[in-house]
Amino acid sequence: MATRFRLLILFAHPAIQKSRINHRLAKAARAVDGVSFHDLYEAYPDFDIDVPREQALLLEHDIVVLQHPFYWYSCPALMKEWLDLVLEYGFAYGRGGDKLRGKTVLSALTTGGPENAYGREGLNHFTMRELLAPFEQTARLCGMNYLPPFIVHGSIRLVDAAELDRHANDYARVLAALRDGKINAARLANVPRLNSDLSAVGL
Amino acid sequence: MHADSMLLHAFVYLAAAVVSVPLAKRLGLGSVLGYLLAGVLIGPHVLGLVGQRSGDVMQFAEFGVVMMLFLVGLELQPTLLWQMRAQLLGLGGLQVAGTAVAIAALGAAGGFGWRMPLAAGVILAMSSTAIVLQSLQERGQLKTPGGQASFAVLLFQDISVIPILALLPLLAVKSANVSAGAAAPAASGIDGLAGWIQAVVIVAAVAAIVLAGRYAVNPLFRAIAKTGLRELFSAAALLLVVGVSVVMELVGLSAALGTFVAGVVLANSEYRHELEADIDPYKGLLLGLFFITVGAGIDFGLLRTEPGVILGLGGALLAVKFVVLFALSRVFKIPTPDGMLFSFALAQGGEFAFVLLSFVVDHHVLTRAEADPLVATVALSMACTPLLFVLNERFVQPRFARARGPVREADQIEPQDNPVIIAGFGRFGHIVGRLLRANGVGTTVLDLDADQVEIVRRLGIKVFYGDATRLDLLHAAGAERAKLIVIAIDNEDKAIELVELVQKHFPRLKIFARAAGRVHAYEFQKRGVMTFYRETLGSSLDLGIDVLRDLGMPAHQAHRAARRFKRHDENAVRELAQFWEDDDAYFKNARQNIEAFDRMFASDNAAERHESDRGWDPMPPGDVSRG
Repeated sequence: MATRFRLLILFAHPAIQKSRINHRLAKAARAVDGVSFHDLYEAYPDFDIDVPREQALLLEHDIVVLQHPFYWYSCPALMKEWLDLVLEYGFAYGRGGDKLRGKTVLSALTTGGPENAYGREGLNHFTMRELLAPFEQTARLCGMNYLPPFIVHGSIRLVDAAELDRHANDYARVLAALRDGKINAARLANVPRLNSDLSAVGL
Repeated sequence: MHADSMLLHAFVYLAAAVVSVPLAKRLGLGSVLGYLLAGVLIGPHVLGLVGQRSGDVMQFAEFGVVMMLFLVGLELQPTLLWQMRAQLLGLGGLQVAGTAVAIAALGAAGGFGWRMPLAAGVILAMSSTAIVLQSLQERGQLKTPGGQASFAVLLFQDISVIPILALLPLLAVKSANVSAGAAAPAASGIDGLAGWIQAVVIVAAVAAIVLAGRYAVNPLFRAIAKTGLRELFSAAALLLVVGVSVVMELVGLSAALGTFVAGVVLANSEYRHELEADIDPYKGLLLGLFFITVGAGIDFGLLRTEPGVILGLGGALLAVKFVVLFALSRVFKIPTPDGMLFSFALAQGGEFAFVLLSFVVDHHVLTRAEADPLVATVALSMACTPLLFVLNERFVQPRFARARGPVREADQIEPQDNPVIIAGFGRFGHIVGRLLRANGVGTTVLDLDADQVEIVRRLGIKVFYGDATRLDLLHAAGAERAKLIVIAIDNEDKAIELVELVQKHFPRLKIFARAAGRVHAYEFQKRGVMTFYRETLGSSLDLGIDVLRDLGMPAHQAHRAARRFKRHDENAVRELAQFWEDDDAYFKNARQNIEAFDRMFASDNAAERHESDRGWDPMPPGDVSRG
């Protein structure tokens, strides 16, 4: 039996009732066996984050997925608040701050623009990996391993039901593979995003 | 009267008052008894500094009673008076009738026939408006159920004097018709006229007072206020009261009643507080003078020669009136402690009895020999009233202490220097206070509920017992030095009263006020207080949020909906405040406001929604201009 890793999905969407793709991904994630799904805006609508509880949750899991729409090259406000408050000195970094060392972080994002908008030729000038540098460095400082992100691009043109289903299905497969330790770590180095070619990472 | 003798008189009266009133207050007996004792002291039977027939002074001093009723009227909104109608007519009518019949029956049984006891009964049914109102006011009991009932009865008695004056001559042993016209009571100016014309004139006079109060007084006072001459305003206020009295006496009505009506009409006037402040000192002085003359007028001669008769009659009078009053308080379902206050307060005879007794003697209903003991009896019973109040307070009310909390003097507050004063420490103020305390903010807390004060003190929080609407208490609580006051008392009228008091005496002190609801919020805004907080808004929105969530709405959306609702509603309560006085405009605007709100929430049309969360919308298809 393959090693089973414990997955925690931190989900942040301030207006889930408006979401087209994220709520599909969230639904798919909830259905994956053995995954803890934590909806931050549902838990803390008043932004009053229970830090000890969140830290305990982190300690109980091996892989943390940050799932959110990509707003202004970053995450929604509550997730930023979460990062600011939960990743405390002495817990996540600094003296004695080694509680998260060795764990893994995955960003699971949706963007409005298409993939080719993220690059020197595109409107956004920077690549997704460049724009995600703050998240990657946050993980590094905490001694955590940062995976190539799972990204659904061009969500504003995503209206085709079959395509939506495909993305949701991919997400579920990636999560299950992470849980079961089936992602081929050796092949990850050159992958721009986890779901650009699932077969490339061993799925 | 020579100038120096007038000054000497004034000196005697003032000195007597200044010496005895503080003493009486110190002993917990109230100012009324102090004045009465001062009167006895300087009267013909002790020091003899003033004569027994100080009739001029008495007449002058009675004007204090007139002013007192004007002030009581000012405090009484017309709607409140209308609410009192059942008590006024029912309780008042039955008190007068019940007492008269009881005394008449006792007299008849004692072999005095029926005419004389009935006349005496009607006369002795009257209570002393001056003593009772002053005592109730001084003790802060005027607004209690017992105080309100007492006031209703006193008002009815004042009104009933008019028909009583008309009917008493019919009880004359001899035919009264011979002298009735000549010796009419108040020598009014319309006696020569036919009955129906008199009625028309009276109605017209009252109507004139009401109309003038509504339409003429405000512009007049505005013009006078513009001159900036403080004393001119005082003069105008006095003119108003004196003028109404003159008109009333001209048509044969009681001046007290007329000024009371004028007061009620002006209760909504913006100059109400100025009037109050101007008249109040005169009222206090004249009323004190009145009590002194009553004290000086007590006929100790009769008490000395026939002590058994006078004391017996006095005791019997108090007992009969008390029994009737207490029985009525039962019938009208007044709670027992309040019923006790009511019965003790009104058990004495009143100053009207003096007028009525000399009137019936003139009309041969009673002989002078029959009337004189009654005059002495009434005076004695009036003098006993402050003692009855003390008796009630010290020995009767404590028996109900468990139900109501002990009657308690306000705590002595050593001068406080906290930045925040909290008035009212019940459900609401308690939470505010604990939040502030937990964050290291020093608070001085005042509360009027003795039980609550005990409970909170046991929890280790320092609370002072006392009425925050008392100026001296606010001074002691450090209102000059505090930064702000939290008004969290649950009595809506008191809260407004406190706002006005603070604005007048501590204009620098910021006010944060608990409002009961919309209407109360309008009252605050009318006084320029925009920092008001409706007491149930927070928790009803909390409940609403949880209902929305339970029905499946995302938590964050529910929270934002509630916050948006709150913002809209807080705006509405401020916008609608300007229409509150005008019924039609108010409901029209309120309706429009609600409709606009519902439309805003229900509409799918983004342009109409004025949303604050469009930033979270997916961009229009094809537009990729943001990350």
